[in-house]
This record gives sequence, C-alpha cells and structure tokens, in this order.
Amino acid sequence: MAQRTVAVASASGLHARPAKLFVQAAAKLEVPVTVRLGEKSVPAKSMLGVLSLGAVRGSEVTLEAEGPGAEEALDSLAALLSRDLDAEEALDA
Amino acid sequence: MPDLSRPGPRTVPPGAGPAGSARRLAGLGVSQGRAAGPMIRMAGPPALPAPRPVTDPAAEAATVAKALEAVTADLNRRAAAARSHPSEEQDRATGGRAGASEAAEILEALAMMAEDPMLLEEAERRALDGADAAHALDAAFAQHRDALAELGGYLAERAADLDDLKHRAVAFALGLPMPGLPAPGHPYVLVAEDLSPADTAGLGPDVLALVTERGGPTSHTAILARGRGLPAVVACAGVMDLPDGTVIGVDGGTGEITTGLTAERAAEIVAGERAERARLAAGSGPGRTADGHPVKLLLNIGSAKDLRPGAEGVGLFRTEFLFLDRTGAPSFEEQVAAYAEVFEQAETVIVRTLDAGTDKPLPFLGLPAEPNPALGVRGLRVDRVLPDVLDTQLDAIAEAARATGTQAWVMAPMVTTVAEAAGFAGRARERGIAKVGAMVEVPAAALRAGALLREVDFLSIGTNDLAQYTFAADRQHSELADLLDPRQPALLQLIGMCARAGREAGKPVGVCGEAAGDPLLAPLLAGLGVTSLSMAPVCVPAVREALAGLTLGECRRRAEEAVG
Repeated sequence: MAQRTVAVASASGLHARPAKLFVQAAAKLEVPVTVRLGEKSVPAKSMLGVLSLGAVRGSEVTLEAEGPGAEEALDSLAALLSRDLDAEEALDA
Repeated sequence: MPDLSRPGPRTVPPGAGPAGSARRLAGLGVSQGRAAGPMIRMAGPPALPAPRPVTDPAAEAATVAKALEAVTADLNRRAAAARSHPSEEQDRATGGRAGASEAAEILEALAMMAEDPMLLEEAERRALDGADAAHALDAAFAQHRDALAELGGYLAERAADLDDLKHRAVAFALGLPMPGLPAPGHPYVLVAEDLSPADTAGLGPDVLALVTERGGPTSHTAILARGRGLPAVVACAGVMDLPDGTVIGVDGGTGEITTGLTAERAAEIVAGERAERARLAAGSGPGRTADGHPVKLLLNIGSAKDLRPGAEGVGLFRTEFLFLDRTGAPSFEEQVAAYAEVFEQAETVIVRTLDAGTDKPLPFLGLPAEPNPALGVRGLRVDRVLPDVLDTQLDAIAEAARATGTQAWVMAPMVTTVAEAAGFAGRARERGIAKVGAMVEVPAAALRAGALLREVDFLSIGTNDLAQYTFAADRQHSELADLLDPRQPALLQLIGMCARAGREAGKPVGVCGEAAGDPLLAPLLAGLGVTSLSMAPVCVPAVREALAGLTLGECRRRAEEAVG
C-alpha cells in the first residue's frame, strides 16, 4: 500500500474551498484514495467524509492507495494539500 | 405578535377603498417601500409521511440515486446561473461576501455534498434493506448531519446545509416540488417561512418584495432587502397560509400586508411606488429637519465601488473585504491603495478597523473556534492576541490620508471599556490620524459614553449589535424579533445617553446600524440627539425626506414618546 503523510497547508484547513478542490481532484483519479486523520479514514472523493475529518491547517493527514497508478495519484493529492489553496484562490479572484 | 411602537401606521392612500375580500396581516416592516403582485410561497421542507411498505427494494434504491442526481443537477444549474448573472446589489447587501462568484461557490459546494459517494452508498444500503426512498434518504442525511454537527463551528453550519439538501432530495423522492426559490417566469412577491443566505443567493430581479413568517429586523432577509432597496416585511404571522397566486400588497414601512387586491389596485400601488421613488431620488442636499437642524446623511460602504453621490460622506467604511479569504493579512501597500481610493472620492470617511473574530472567522487570523463567538474574541478584542494586524492597518490608514491630503477618521469596533478606547486612540494618534472614535455596540460602552468621549473624538452606535447585547438576543434569532426591534425603549435610552454625552462634550455621535436607514426611525434618532446617520446608499433619499418633514421639536417629542 502506498502512503503519503502531509501537513495541510491551507489556512482554512481541509474545509471550504480547499476541501472542494481536493475532493474534485480526487474524484478525477482512477485510483480510489483514502484520507486518514488519527483513527478516522474516509474516501478522498467524499466531500462529507473529508469535511468530517475536521482537519485544520497543520493537521497531518495520511493518504493511502493501492494498485497501479497509486504512487502518482498520491503525489498529485499530496502536492495539492501542501499548497495554500486559500491564498491561491484569493489571487485568482 | 410584534408590538411596533411606531408613530402610527400610514393611512391607506385615497382611492384604495376597502375591497370586499380584502384582509390585512400585520408584520414587521424592515425595508421601506411598497409593492404589489401575485405571491408565491417558497416550498417549505416536505413532511415525511409514515414509512411505506416496500415491494421492490431495487426500485427504491434507484429512486434514491435519482433524487440525489436531481438535487445535484439543480444546484449546478443554479450555480451556473449565478455565475452568468452577477448581481452587484447582492454583493453590496452582504458586504461583498455573497457576490455572484461567492454564491456560485456556495451552490457548487452544496452540489458536491449532494453527490457524495458515501451518502449515496448509505442511502442505497438503507433502501435495499427495506426502507422506502424518502426514509432511506432522510436517515442517510441524518447520519452525516450528526457527524458534522458534533464537530461544531464551521462544520456545524454545514450541518444546516445538509438539512436543506435532505429536504430537496426527500421532496423529489415523494414527488413534491423541490424546496427553493420559485421561478414562475413573471414578477412575484416571495413569501417564505424564513430565508437563509443559500435561499437568497439566487434571488433574481423578478422578486418584487420579500415577506417572511419569521425573522427579525436584523435577520438576513432584512439586511439583504435593505441593501437591494426591496420592500420587506418579516415576522408576518399567517402569510404562509395564503394560497399561491394571491395578489398581495406589501408595505415595507408599516409592515402591513393586504390581500384580495384587484389588478387595478395592485397596478396603482406599483405606479405609486415608482412615482414615490422617482420623487425621492430627485431630492438632494444635506440632511436637515424641517427647521434646519443638521443631521448628516452618511454611507455604509465596503469599498470604493459602493460609493454613491447624494450623501455627505462615509460613516462606515467596512474594511473586512480586504481581509476575506486570506491566509495572511493584506500588505501595507495593498491596504494603502484601497483606503486611498475611497479617501480620494469622498469628503469625510470614517474607517472602521477590522471587525472580525470568532464570530466572523477569517482564515488568516487562525483563531480557535469558541463556544460563544458573539461573546468572544471579536472586533477590537482580536488585538489582544494579534496586535500586528491593527498596527499595520492604522499605519496604512494614516499613510493613505497623507497621500491623498485628507483627514482620516478611524474607529474601532466592539470597544467595551474606557481603557480599550484610550489604548486605541493613543495608537491611532501617534500615527497622526486626525479623528479617533469608538463604536458603541456593547451596553458597557454606552453606559460610559461620557468617559469614552474624554478619550476619543466621536462615537458611532452600531444598533444591531447593541440590541443583541442589550437584550441578550442573538441577532439572527428569528423567534426573538420583538427583542431586536430597534424601537425597544431600552435601546433608545442607551442611544439617548450616548447622544447626550456627545452634546455635553461637543463631539459627534452617529448611528451606523440598520436603524439609521429606516425613515420611520431616523427622526426618532435625530430627536434623541444623534448627529449623523450612516446607511446603505439606497436608504438615503427616504431618510432625507423623513427628516425634512419634521421639526427638531417634533423629532424630540417622538423620541420622548418612544422611550416612554
């Protein structure tokens, strides 16, 4: 099983816009990815699941996936989490 | 229910004649103006019937999936519509927070919740276990809702969103109209139990007026309506019992709803209102009572784009917009540019320093959620934990004033003690800021108005928060509308104390809450001794005219009667 542990970089944590962007990216992947925070593990493409983790800025979440393409999928999602998506949104606006 | 100690309802204009079937309902007028037209009720949440015996679980599961798809598609369609029809008014009404793209963002996020795979799986599982589609959906939503509600704060608010989605999905499964804004294709009066920000995100130009069964003067409905200049009546018991299509007249001033109007009478009201608005808009000049006593008419703005001609300056420049959706505070340079843009275009501008905190969380503040944010770290109190934010903001305001050659007026929100006011004033003055003020939103500050005015140059009363704290009633609480009514004698008495302290000190005391934009309240506030009224730009003409119609003596008499 491939794994990545990343600290959430977005100011608002894994809520609001960052959660939306993360879930949208996960839904486009071929490989099912799960996100774990502490005891709780949820599918990355579930908005409700991701929100329910209650991850704030700095929370260390672990991404997990299996099978072909797992490494690439995790790399792309890990990269997204380690960017401050709130700041980028503000620049776009 | 509401006891409106108003100066007496406006009389029905000549020619109205008592229509045979005419009925009147009384509510609380929260946004001036009249309108008439067919009413349409926003469908309420569907009632869940008793569970139905299921013969074909697979068919129920299929209905579950279709219901969630339909809700998702509807939300995505509305999101696309919100993006393609940006509404500037809406933007203004909510201080920029629910502008077109923000509205679209909200709707898209809701759509993603509706199409959540865990939710679908859970609801399908319950259907396959024998529940009918509506109950399967209801239970699956409830499960996720509870999980979010337990987390509190921001996520607890998303729990309310889930309730909204649940109602839509269940309505679909039951074959009922989906709750949400109607789109009849003709102008209509929107009638609802209450309106949430999500409901009003897609409010189009075909809405003539808003009438709600619940809600109070500082509710979302009231603020939105005022910002858009849309007549609105809240807390109107019985309005939801009227059938759709009933032609009703709405008076957003007196709060009166008239039913059983003939088409001719409705057309008269519409024409009368159009003429009235044109006449008001033609008025100009500074705010004066009939005998020439000046009461400044100022604007509440969020940025330079909200500025409108016809007022005497800006009484409340909210600076929050600069800080929204930011991970770090905006830079000094960025702030200077934004403030200078306003200073260049308006004569006197009162800048309010950042009014955020745990009640209005901003990402960059990084404040932990608290159980009672209205009573927590908000407004000037943020300075206790993050002093740099205010220092930079004051530096930027001072620099913008220097660069534009104007005098800056600056005030702090949520000042509670004299020591806080003194500390704030010291920091502003050492930067060369000309006039320093304090907002009065906390009863403790109102009680010490005289002492505050020894430290600062002016006071500005935020009536919405002052009512909330004086009556221990949440601003958004729809069951407590009567307590939040700005005509409550205790609130008026506190305003009067501040005004008297101002008179004694020879310093200005203004009002910048929703009450200032109400033409029925404005004379009363002037009578209490308030020296300026700051309001949404659309409110200025009617307030100007209301003041011009009465002498200062008459205003004082009204104030005395109201305080009792």
